[in-house]
Amino acid sequence: MTAVDLGMPGLPTAPRGVGHLRGTQSFPDAARGALRNGQLRANLGHATSTIRGKRAAVVGELPDWEQLRAAGKALKTATMARLDDHLEELERQVTARGGVVHWARDANEANEIVTRLVLATGTSEVVKVKSMATQEIGLNEALEGAGLDVFETDLAELIVQLGEDSPSHILVPAIHKNRAEIREIFARTIPGVDPGLTDDPRQLAMAARAHLRERFLRARVAVSGANFGVAETGTLTVVESEGNGRMCLTLPETLITVMGIEKVVPTWRDLEVFLQLLPRSSTGERMNPYTSTWAGVTPGDGPQEFHLVLLDNGRTAVLADEVGREALHCIRCSACLNVCPVYERAGGHSYGSVYPGPIGAVLSPMLTGVEDNASLPYASSLCGACYDVCPVAIDIPSILVHLRGEHVEAQERPTAEAVAFRGLAKAMSHPRLWHLAQRGARLGRLFSRGRPTLPNALPPPVSGWTRSRDLPTPPAKTFVQQWTEEHRS
Amino acid sequence: MSAREEVLGRIRQALGGEDRTPAPEVVRDYRLTDGRPAGDAELLALLVDRVEDYRATVLCCSPAEVAATVRAALDRGLGTGWAAGDVVVAPGLAAEWRPAGCDVDDERPAVQLAERAASVTAVAVAIAETGTLVLDGSPACGRRALSLLPDCLVCVVTADQVVGSVPEGLARLDPLRPLTMVSGPSATSDIELQRVEGVHGPRTLVVVLVGG
Repeated sequence: MTAVDLGMPGLPTAPRGVGHLRGTQSFPDAARGALRNGQLRANLGHATSTIRGKRAAVVGELPDWEQLRAAGKALKTATMARLDDHLEELERQVTARGGVVHWARDANEANEIVTRLVLATGTSEVVKVKSMATQEIGLNEALEGAGLDVFETDLAELIVQLGEDSPSHILVPAIHKNRAEIREIFARTIPGVDPGLTDDPRQLAMAARAHLRERFLRARVAVSGANFGVAETGTLTVVESEGNGRMCLTLPETLITVMGIEKVVPTWRDLEVFLQLLPRSSTGERMNPYTSTWAGVTPGDGPQEFHLVLLDNGRTAVLADEVGREALHCIRCSACLNVCPVYERAGGHSYGSVYPGPIGAVLSPMLTGVEDNASLPYASSLCGACYDVCPVAIDIPSILVHLRGEHVEAQERPTAEAVAFRGLAKAMSHPRLWHLAQRGARLGRLFSRGRPTLPNALPPPVSGWTRSRDLPTPPAKTFVQQWTEEHRS
Repeated sequence: MSAREEVLGRIRQALGGEDRTPAPEVVRDYRLTDGRPAGDAELLALLVDRVEDYRATVLCCSPAEVAATVRAALDRGLGTGWAAGDVVVAPGLAAEWRPAGCDVDDERPAVQLAERAASVTAVAVAIAETGTLVLDGSPACGRRALSLLPDCLVCVVTADQVVGSVPEGLARLDPLRPLTMVSGPSATSDIELQRVEGVHGPRTLVVVLVGG
């Protein structure tokens, strides 16, 4: 029934040609390269197993974790049901406290607004707090295109920026790099860095501190995202660890915050749920080191000019999908990445979008339209580990299946797979045909040369199946033959 | 049509116009209170445990010993050779807690606070279960830059400010004020997900717990 609601005309998806929601390769092609990279797999395996253990320990401490999870889900569902009202209230409250609210239909419009606001201040430098929304819209490229220098200040984002790399994880964008690789990037790119710099994480963090300190102190404009925006009070929230967020939110004269429209929460009290769910799920801590909140402008404390940019960029298209809209509940904790067996092996870059892992496999295709990320709904074994750990209980496996259905239905001509399954269905409903087909399949033994699986270099269209799956060599006798022989006597 | 009207219109269309599904009721059957009253001895012990777990230092003292304990906290953070000029305190910090000769934060440009080695502030509330101190921009807590730029932060917490759970903590706060929730010294897990204390914010956090 929901299938007919899909792709509601008139609700535009995120535009092409801007931002980072689409990869240049399909997931299987990108993953094949990643799987050959032993260093990457070792780095990811080490990091994700560390964080899984930490998360499990601190989640296990709370006797009411499941109740908090259910409340988080209900709060998000209730918020989405009245999203328009909550956004209007947020706008009223932010405006009443001295902020300026801007609306952006898509990435291009958001980039134009932010660029215009930065240029109006007369500065040439922008410091940035790590933000998924600004990664999504490609804000750095837009600002650099306008001649501005953009400095990412989160340690991992800095590593990615200095290494001319792209982020591969929502929380820890440089998770694919180990300490030795990071040391190499710092030694090569940070001017005046101590040549004796070792790969000790503490020393690397200190190098980043020294590198960014002066920039923070002279910055006049900062750009941030927001974890939550409280409608009833106009309070914005940024959750972080290093203090780079506090530097950006406190020292510059002008603060520009880009927030996806789904980040609104109705009341201050709602944060009592999310501030318990988020840190335990993301970094595996009871609470993250720093959470900053602000409502508009406070005289004598922090930026005296505040702009809030509310971003759609395909979110309303996701909202229109009754099954898929649950993906908008995501609070970007990244727990689903850390438990996903596919993510752990293929890595974040294989997904081609700033949103990797299980949540990315549902969110990216819905933001862009499934035709632009058609391989992502298949980038999962549907094991359900992501659903189990999700702090707001997003049923990611069901959305994956739903999107696969949408993708299949959108095919104008039947695929080879569809034809094969149709043939199989026919054979299985006619016993004589079925026995004949089974006997025919035994011919496959000729290719196997005694191995348990058939070679994966089979000709098309069979190769479409075998390039990512092992096809077992058909047995010498079918089950029915064996049964008949054994029971004949 | 303005972007505002267009985005709001898209939301209404996405939700099915007049036929939209009503918002479900939110059941809050998680723990709203810890059960122990603010300042309970067990809560103070829990706060100490949780703050120390972040590799911060906690010094407990009686109400009569605050000034001496603040000095001891600065010894811990700066080494015993510190001078009064290294330290800047929040303008509303109780005068009897202030180390002699220390500078009081005024309306100087915020970046000048980076020249100081340590700052001393009060807090608005402390949450035991998560080891979180909340500063609310009041005169006693100081402006946000005060607890950010000096490399050592000393926070004075009184027993009555210590609550058990996150819901109890948030209920005591005014969301219209600029709030900073501090759980340990600044830290990062960005390199191999190994936690390292001390990045851009204060690398040393010392908590003076009065009545603990």
